[in-house]
Amino acid sequence: MKKETIALLLAGGQGNRLGILTKKVAKPAVFYGAKYRIIDFALSNCANSGVGTVGVLTQYRPLKLNSHIGIGKPWDMDRFNGGVTILSPYSKGEVGEWYKGSAGAVYQNIHYVDEMDPKYVLVLSTDHVYKMDYREMLGFHKANKAEVTISVIDVPLEEASRLGIMSAEPSGRITEFEEKPKAPKSTLASMGIYVFNWDVLRRYLIADNDDPASSKDFGKNIITSMLRDRIGMWAYRFEGYWKDVGTIQAYWEANMDLLERVPRLNLFDRNSRIYTPNPVMPAHFIGGTGDVRRSVLAEGCMVYGKVYNSIVSTGAYIGEGAEVIDSVVMPGVRIGKGSTVAKTILCENARVGDRCVIGVGAMAENAYMPEIYCTDIDVIGEDATVPDGTMIGKNVAVDNGVKASDFKGVTVASGSYVAASA
Amino acid sequence: MKNMIGIILTGGRNHVLGGLTAERCVAALPVGGKYRAIDFPLSNMVNSQITKVGVITQYAFRSLMDHLGAGKEWDLDRKMGGLFIFPPFILDSESEWYKGSADALYNNISFIQRSVEEYVVIAQGNCIYNMCYGDMLGYHLAKGGDITIAYKECLDIDEPSLSQLGILRTDGDGRVVEMDEKPERPKYRNVSMGVYIMKGSFLVEVLKECAARGKYNLVKDVFVDMLGELKVYRYRFDGYWRSLNNVGVFYRCNMEMLDPGVRQELFLSGRRIYTKVKDETPAKYNEEAQVRNSVVGDGCIIEGTVEDSVLFRGATVNRGCRVKGSIVMQDGRLEPFSSIENVIMDKNSAVSQGTHVRGEAGAPRLIRKGEIV
Repeated sequence: MKKETIALLLAGGQGNRLGILTKKVAKPAVFYGAKYRIIDFALSNCANSGVGTVGVLTQYRPLKLNSHIGIGKPWDMDRFNGGVTILSPYSKGEVGEWYKGSAGAVYQNIHYVDEMDPKYVLVLSTDHVYKMDYREMLGFHKANKAEVTISVIDVPLEEASRLGIMSAEPSGRITEFEEKPKAPKSTLASMGIYVFNWDVLRRYLIADNDDPASSKDFGKNIITSMLRDRIGMWAYRFEGYWKDVGTIQAYWEANMDLLERVPRLNLFDRNSRIYTPNPVMPAHFIGGTGDVRRSVLAEGCMVYGKVYNSIVSTGAYIGEGAEVIDSVVMPGVRIGKGSTVAKTILCENARVGDRCVIGVGAMAENAYMPEIYCTDIDVIGEDATVPDGTMIGKNVAVDNGVKASDFKGVTVASGSYVAASA
Repeated sequence: MKNMIGIILTGGRNHVLGGLTAERCVAALPVGGKYRAIDFPLSNMVNSQITKVGVITQYAFRSLMDHLGAGKEWDLDRKMGGLFIFPPFILDSESEWYKGSADALYNNISFIQRSVEEYVVIAQGNCIYNMCYGDMLGYHLAKGGDITIAYKECLDIDEPSLSQLGILRTDGDGRVVEMDEKPERPKYRNVSMGVYIMKGSFLVEVLKECAARGKYNLVKDVFVDMLGELKVYRYRFDGYWRSLNNVGVFYRCNMEMLDPGVRQELFLSGRRIYTKVKDETPAKYNEEAQVRNSVVGDGCIIEGTVEDSVLFRGATVNRGCRVKGSIVMQDGRLEPFSSIENVIMDKNSAVSQGTHVRGEAGAPRLIRKGEIV
């Protein structure tokens, strides 16, 4: 069945800068915005752009991701023709192998794309939250008779050296690409959203696979070789909200962005909804002692305490006298009576006992992984239990599945790491 | 429970509910911030492992059909069994609307005849409760009667509401000896929940007989008239149960969703209540929000004060607004500096800027669907 355009979602990465958030799930499966997972944005954008054929390339801890996507019902992708297909690494007799790099992953699935026989392939990274109509980008691609179009966004100069930076002629034609340049020549950052003419991409994927020196990365290898060969490559400027959620700080900020009076990422627009499997939960309940301001709350929550400037996800429980401030509370979290939780990310089903104080104190460098835990945000892992009366400072990470007995005493100093016992 | 099918009756026009049922049937009444009444009996069936359910509709069923769709949300989109919807249909010039519950069932008798399942549970589309019909079938089998009727001892409802229901009197063995349908002066407080279990073959016989005699009402013409000849037993239910028969009960039932005990029993007991998915985004509370003792659905935006109220999906409470003791249905809007107290705002209605609307706690004021006050 011939399709004009199909999408390939690169969802195989771990996203290790998110620390314990991605220890048990792939980054695209991390919760965001009280109800969603990060991959919902790319999938819903496809659905809202009329791209009904989507391959999702998974590799790292795909269980949650696979069950989340299922047969694609929430995105209307349970179709006879096309729909969503999970593409996991597979064995080919003697030579089966894991995906090596983003381009390597697509190379391994050339047969999938060939079967759909598309003219254009949208290659999408799934590490960002944004709403975009890919049809407009495709229109731009066609109008320029481009062979490759890369979506770019203007970023502040100081951020440019963390990103893939494009230099373009005034017409929009890309002349140069630099990955994380020390001295950026432009502020146009690649958003990890590409439109390729499939025949061109296919050729380059095969050539790249034959090059033993290549690290099989889209930016570093494919785009660079194409530019060297003067392939027609254009920059499509995107003006809307686009946020990388690759670090703990960025993840927290992206959640907080939803609390603006009119958030730049408008999730209320019924013409371009973000879809996700809907939980079977009643509407949420604010008790007589509850107080919620400047926050986003999902279904199934029960709030008897105070919530300010926070994201509270599906089925969370906040006890009487508790205070939750500047925090991201993931689904199924329980916060006991009289506890204070400030600037903390609480992962799925984490349990905080009564009278705890979390995220209060002086900042200190993290002793365990200072390059990952480098802000004043605390992270309490999935299924972790914080016993009654525990005092936790800032920049603390409590591992997934930590039990009450794993805590050595009632005080956890800023910058500590609480590990789970085997 | 592969041996039972379910039938849900959604009833005719209910005048007592006034504007609330002007454009929808009672079974489609919104409850608890995101549900419709029919979600409860339908989910009860699914939770009792019943996989073949017929819904008999007559009055204003468009919104009900829209809600039920192919039964996907109840896991009833199946090749074998699944959801069947039976609106009245025209065969010839003699065809009419359903004349009563027995007539409605008789018109769809092939659904019962063709089912391989031995038993049938009939339930009403307008009742709010969480119950396992499987346990009731167990009781039915143990008693060995012809019909088992679920009942609840309703101590907390007033006489006018009581006289809109069916009242049962039983002997020491639990056999029903008297049945009073909508009595003017109810003598007892044992209320029939309108949930009946019997053999499918028995129901078919009874329906044929009714049709032959020109009788149309299942309760009056079968249960009441034939009580002496049949063995009818009652099955006691002690959980939460409300039949949405009038505006007062409708309002009260929604307000009871604020009771943690009721919420626990209805929604968090393990037998879940399913409903149509709307893909709304989670509710947003802005800086000025002050919300207490309220149920809030997805897609709401709140900038005002909300107390003792139920806000359905997509409701908006703007700045300076005050909502107290009220029900705001889907996409209801309160423009800045307006207020409502003891008000039911039907779907898509609005209260304009600076307007104040007030009802009595016993007699809530209704703002009709799409109306702008």
